[in-house]
Amino acid sequence: MAASRPIVLRTGYRGKTGMLNWALHRITGLGIVLFVGTHVFASFGMQQFGSDSATTINIVYQSWAFQVFVYFCVLFHAFNGTRLALVDLVPALLRYQRELYWLQWIIFLPAYLLPVFFLLQTGLAAR
Amino acid sequence: MQPPRLTRNAGSLDYSLWLFTRLSGLGLMLFAAVSMALAFVLGGRTLLDLPTMLRWMFFPNPNHVVNSNIPDVSLGWSNAFWQIFGFLIVLLASAHGFNGVRMVLEDYLRSPLAVLIVRGSLLVIWLGCLIIAVYVILAS
Repeated sequence: MAASRPIVLRTGYRGKTGMLNWALHRITGLGIVLFVGTHVFASFGMQQFGSDSATTINIVYQSWAFQVFVYFCVLFHAFNGTRLALVDLVPALLRYQRELYWLQWIIFLPAYLLPVFFLLQTGLAAR
Repeated sequence: MQPPRLTRNAGSLDYSLWLFTRLSGLGLMLFAAVSMALAFVLGGRTLLDLPTMLRWMFFPNPNHVVNSNIPDVSLGWSNAFWQIFGFLIVLLASAHGFNGVRMVLEDYLRSPLAVLIVRGSLLVIWLGCLIIAVYVILAS
């Protein structure tokens, strides 16, 4: 169902197709910083002190379920970032914003879903 | 959809960081591609399963492949090359990431004092993370 009025975030940004990617880029980016930050400190805790809580964090991080999630964050951020960088560094591409947006999703979906299929397959088989 | 064209002051810190974000992002993907290519050169096709390969691509640390079928990780998978490689990735990625956090936070900040506090805290946290990360790389 189409929204009856434009969707406005608290920042006042009103976008069309770009808004989904903009929000996802921020959320996945912050998620990666959070994940990598805690992972670095957890690895340090494991390595130096053999900490149980650090080991628990890293066991969660290397589970297949978490990897499906992290792979989405990293791959989406990488794909959207590539499109952004291309458009920003080669302004002539601005004419093809819409095409590039759809091209990004068309490449992203198989590049994400195919490995996820195998992650699920091996993950569920190993249970 | 035409985004508003902002005039950027070339040479300013904001412009440099704007450019750095784009170039470091592309650079990090190049690092991932090289990690994957060299993993195949080292025989990763038969030695690594997919989750391990993804972990290695994301960050080529010997701890990420230690549970795979590699007979001896210290041969080829763990040496000065990968330590320097990992250090460069951590340097680029942490600068990219913490600058991103700064940009997101500053979108929601009004007062210059708050911006100053956020920038100072992020700088300290960034350097702390960097030191710990480099220690983990060199010790693993």
